[in-house]
Amino acid sequence: MRAFTAHEGIAAPLRLDDVNTDVIIPTNRAIHVAKGSLGRFAFEPLRYDEGGRERADFVLNQYRYAGASILVAGANFGCGSSREMAAWALDDAGIRCVIAPSFGDIFFQNCCKIGLLALTLPDDTVENVWDELARAATPRMSVDLSALRVTAPEGTRYTFGFDEGRRDALLHGLDDIGQTLRHADAIARFVTTDRYARPWNYLPAPGPASHIHSEKTDT
Amino acid sequence: MNQPRTTFDKIWDSHVVTRLSDGEELIFIDRLLLHDLTLKIVLPDLEARGHSVMLPSQAAATADHVVSSAPGREMLSDSRTVDFVHRGRDLAMRHGIRFFDVGDPRQGIVHVIAPELGLTLPGSTITCTDSHTCTQGAFGALAWGIGTTDAAHVLATQTMVQRRPARMKVVLSGTPQPGVGAKDVILALIGRYGASAGAGHVLEFMGSYVDATTMEERMTLCNMAIEFGARFGLIAPDARTIDYLAGREFAPGGADWDRAARLWLDLRGDDDAQFDRELELDITGLQPQVTFGTGLDHVAGIDEPVPAPSSLPDAGRRDRLREALTYMDVEPGRPLEGLAVDWAFIGSCANSRLSDLRDAAAIVRGGRVADGVRAWVVPGSTSVKRAAEAEGLDKVFLAAGWEWRESGCSLCCAINGEVVPSGQRCISTSNRNFVGRQGAGARTHVASPAMVAASALAGSIADPRKALAR
Repeated sequence: MRAFTAHEGIAAPLRLDDVNTDVIIPTNRAIHVAKGSLGRFAFEPLRYDEGGRERADFVLNQYRYAGASILVAGANFGCGSSREMAAWALDDAGIRCVIAPSFGDIFFQNCCKIGLLALTLPDDTVENVWDELARAATPRMSVDLSALRVTAPEGTRYTFGFDEGRRDALLHGLDDIGQTLRHADAIARFVTTDRYARPWNYLPAPGPASHIHSEKTDT
Repeated sequence: MNQPRTTFDKIWDSHVVTRLSDGEELIFIDRLLLHDLTLKIVLPDLEARGHSVMLPSQAAATADHVVSSAPGREMLSDSRTVDFVHRGRDLAMRHGIRFFDVGDPRQGIVHVIAPELGLTLPGSTITCTDSHTCTQGAFGALAWGIGTTDAAHVLATQTMVQRRPARMKVVLSGTPQPGVGAKDVILALIGRYGASAGAGHVLEFMGSYVDATTMEERMTLCNMAIEFGARFGLIAPDARTIDYLAGREFAPGGADWDRAARLWLDLRGDDDAQFDRELELDITGLQPQVTFGTGLDHVAGIDEPVPAPSSLPDAGRRDRLREALTYMDVEPGRPLEGLAVDWAFIGSCANSRLSDLRDAAAIVRGGRVADGVRAWVVPGSTSVKRAAEAEGLDKVFLAAGWEWRESGCSLCCAINGEVVPSGQRCISTSNRNFVGRQGAGARTHVASPAMVAASALAGSIADPRKALAR
């Protein structure tokens, strides 16, 4: 996983609650566009009108916020699907950090897994940041994960909380599987005990027939 | 003395492999379920990272998201998806993962077939690359949706690193009137408390209504926990749970069965177990519900007027509702009843099981789909389809002008090339009414199978209670 330590860049205020994963990346794009090329379809329903023209009222289309790498969004950002393409699409669009009062649980987890920092600040703090972004000459912000600190454009500093384990993984770009396999012995012991307690939980290997199983071949 | 525990606590505690730092725990995952959309992402990711599948027989996969629902389906509806099925199948075989393909009588929507096959067992942990995995919580399993990177982690380690979620008790009491079902109950709950009220929580549904529900109704309730913001919905196992699972292909047999069933009944939460939050909903007198906007909290009873944006106190909510009503082309201040529809869809992991089809058929029988309406039934699994055909439900729908189709996700997520055209209005038993969900520009009204059936016949959004009274 890519590490995240600190980042400074243009921040765009996305003053909307409940932005769902289908809005972040519409399903047909998520499925048919390759990872790495999803960026221009990020927020497609908000970004373009029916004729495919950029909507002037969408923040990422505005000159002031061009090249934004930080997104400051409303509550429940990323609710909906478990499709990881929502996180990929933001990443492909150059977003390195999303700040919101709350996130869809699965989306939040997916962001952590690809090195995209999703962090929560209280509602009123997000409102203040939005106001600062609107007022500042240049809407630049910085986010420091090691110091757990966000600095808004006018210099106001806010601290945020973050899971220690997740923070460690992000700061060092640790491979999650490699980390867990350090506990391979504990997992093996669990399975040994559990096979005795719940033998029914452990299924036999599928026969080759399970792939071609149909009534025609059944007799 | 032992702390009294909730059903969630009991399942969680029995799956802790080891405690990590800062409240994180390594949780054993009993089942990983995959589908045609994610097989070809997860397995190559795993291979590229140089890992292998730890316990392949604990995983299973099916073809549901991209497969055609066309009767007889000899082709994919969208040829661009061919790679998903073919590569997915090859990868599953190469890694020793069960794959329920088209043509297999066990094929169907992953959250419909997993319980049918007894892959979903009480007291187990189940993850799947789909947010509606919470459906399976109806069996007293801790079941949740994960992304593809996490799925690779589960395959390689049979575990997930998790922090204990907060616990929410949701007490549903009362008796529904005829024509009102589990879909209406969960929609009303989301309407009352909001689409993110459950965030960070595991929901435990209980109360007199839940006790009296069938397993299929419980699956509908738990299916939409995610639309309430919660990754997990859970119902403690009882005699109905045990009855449902008896004799299923992957459920325990012989002496194991009795032992398992006893353990499962012990999963009921202790009487004085503590929850972090408690909500209640009395469903006595609840009206059939239907969504009017582009979030599941945009929902009202069929007789209730659609709220005006100006009636909302919060500016953010007001703007969101205004945008939603514009997208939906719905006028505030009036009930939705009578609004003309172009499509009616019965399907999805929310409502595509045999009892859903029976509820709809009870209204459809002897009627006729209104002119200009396309009405589809997409059974949740091949097995549901066969069972419905065995009792003649297909003939009821076909005689009334419905299309009787093959199982899969179809118009719920519109990934397989089947879409509602832009600007058209669909009343749907699926679980999401997001912008563009059923196709770019498509307008979705989420409702129960009974309301979808009644609306297809009326040609406009209709009250199933009136249809039943006829």
